[in-house]
Amino acid sequence: MSAWSDHLLVLPIVLPIAASGIMLLLDERRSGLKAAISLATATALLVTALALAWRMTDTPEVYRLGNWAAPYGIVLVADRLSAMMLMLTGVLGLAALVFAVARWDRAGPRFHALFLLLLMGVNGAFLTGDLFNLFVFFEVMLAASYGLVLHGSGEARIRAGLAYIAVNLIASLFFLVGVSLVYGTMGTLNMADLARRLSETGGGAGLFEAGCAVLGIAFLIKCSAWPLGFWLPPTYAAASPPAAAVLAILSKVGVYVVVRLSLLLFGAGASEGFGQGWLFAAGLATIAYGTLGILGARDLMRAAAYAVMISSGTVLAALGTGNRAALSGALFYLVGSTLAAGALFLLGEILQRGRDPAAASLAVFADEYRDPFDDEGATETGRAIPAAVAIVGGAFLFCALMLAGLPPLAGFVGKLAMFSGLAAGAMPPAAWAFILVLTLSSLGTLMPLVRLGTLGFWVPHDDSDPVIGPLEFAALAGLLGACLVLTLWGGAGLAYTDRTVAGLSNAAGYIGAVLGSGTP
Amino acid sequence: MEIVLSLGIGVFAASGVWLLLRPRTFQVALGLSLLAYAVNLFIFAMGRLKVGAPPVLESGTDAAGIADPVPQALVLTALVISFALTALFLVVLLAARGVTGSDHVDGQEPGQETGQGKPSQREPGR
Repeated sequence: MSAWSDHLLVLPIVLPIAASGIMLLLDERRSGLKAAISLATATALLVTALALAWRMTDTPEVYRLGNWAAPYGIVLVADRLSAMMLMLTGVLGLAALVFAVARWDRAGPRFHALFLLLLMGVNGAFLTGDLFNLFVFFEVMLAASYGLVLHGSGEARIRAGLAYIAVNLIASLFFLVGVSLVYGTMGTLNMADLARRLSETGGGAGLFEAGCAVLGIAFLIKCSAWPLGFWLPPTYAAASPPAAAVLAILSKVGVYVVVRLSLLLFGAGASEGFGQGWLFAAGLATIAYGTLGILGARDLMRAAAYAVMISSGTVLAALGTGNRAALSGALFYLVGSTLAAGALFLLGEILQRGRDPAAASLAVFADEYRDPFDDEGATETGRAIPAAVAIVGGAFLFCALMLAGLPPLAGFVGKLAMFSGLAAGAMPPAAWAFILVLTLSSLGTLMPLVRLGTLGFWVPHDDSDPVIGPLEFAALAGLLGACLVLTLWGGAGLAYTDRTVAGLSNAAGYIGAVLGSGTP
Repeated sequence: MEIVLSLGIGVFAASGVWLLLRPRTFQVALGLSLLAYAVNLFIFAMGRLKVGAPPVLESGTDAAGIADPVPQALVLTALVISFALTALFLVVLLAARGVTGSDHVDGQEPGQETGQGKPSQREPGR
């Protein structure tokens, strides 16, 4: 614990909260300085995540806060899954921030402070090694997201925000009940210690499983599994686009926790496979619901929100099959589809700029609705890039192919890996059902996106063509570039997710790394 | 004592759920706080019920004679978080009341179409 690089693990949490604190000291008018600090922090976070992933070995890295030994002290644990999710957060966060700096960060107060707090909560949830700190990081992340959903104000956002906050407060209460039940029955909240006690006692009591089920409900609400996820599409569609893009990672935190805890606690032993059937059913239902929703979506923001649901459902269902190769493919698909959904939120804003149907319906509230960019000219976006239509159209096509999982992009690689994993062994009916639902959802995603694309690009409009500023172009290019990297180095990516799943299934390795070889 | 505590948690939770399902935003806010009380008491109960036992272990004391300090620490954290978020919810509630002119959870009175709010309906009923 002396070398500088040993403390790399705590940087994803300390950096954003420190920068967020500095934001509060700065006057709201110094937006340039704030944007610079934010961008520097987000870049540093991405570099940290890349460095962590680069040096990751088969043994999870453990960081003891205050050097107290687990299970008494608080630990941060990073394994391949954490590193992967940190990288995803880094890319999405930086891109959304660059997009926001173009103009959205001035649509309301304290955007940068909230944004960095959100990143801190998400990173913390990916790194923490015990359940109660997971709760705390969840709350930090949610509290910041409440502010971001309301960013830019307006009636639609306040309405959606009210429902969003109520649902998530209830989910947090479920979380607390689950955590306390687990503590009451097992006497520990450290994840590794829980797994160890579970294997030593040879299975959990009924009350412990009940506690885990309550916890599971809380996480499934967060990852918007059907029928607990009706809050997601209206909220994400109403949120300001850069906020929506970074919120796409929020539902993936729920998915991450479900994957982590299922494989750690219920991978082997007496409670093996606990809740797997439910996860599979919920996952399939989520994909089906998301597909129906995207078929009925009338604007890109809503379509992107349903795409977020589909990608969460895919991972849940893959986890429910208990097939490791399928789970590995699903994790690969999760990364690509989250990036593409984030890009779609940004594209939706560019396309709807100037012909916003929500603004038209708000006309009756003209006295109360204030355009957040009232006092700035339209020229504020900077010099427009020529051939914007071609760029936006190409980016849209790219996103549609990624989300639908069509060749030649990474979405297809992920789906193909899932199919080949499912088809490797004997095929139970569940595997056939999964393949059928996934294939139908590809078709169901492609059709409405083609329709929306046709309406957006080919149908002549009275108003001018979409305008795209250099910063916004950079944000889009970053997200799509990351997708492209994922496609070109798909083999390396799949090998990484394969090793991730192998590491997740090796509960003994995780326990040994956190608790040390001896007994506490 | 167990009966009293479990009855208390039950009454809080039942009232909270009932209020949560009511159509007015302020009732939802109250329901959320009542549910939070129920959950906080429940966390306490998970550390086992003890009367007059300090949560501090001194050298020589039997571990059975002390109260479990962990749930108490958990409750403290959960209390602060739920309190803060309820306050935030109240602010959003007021904003929704101001913008939509209705304190219904849907932002409109039943039977009223979306976006049909006339200026007269946005005045509070006097």
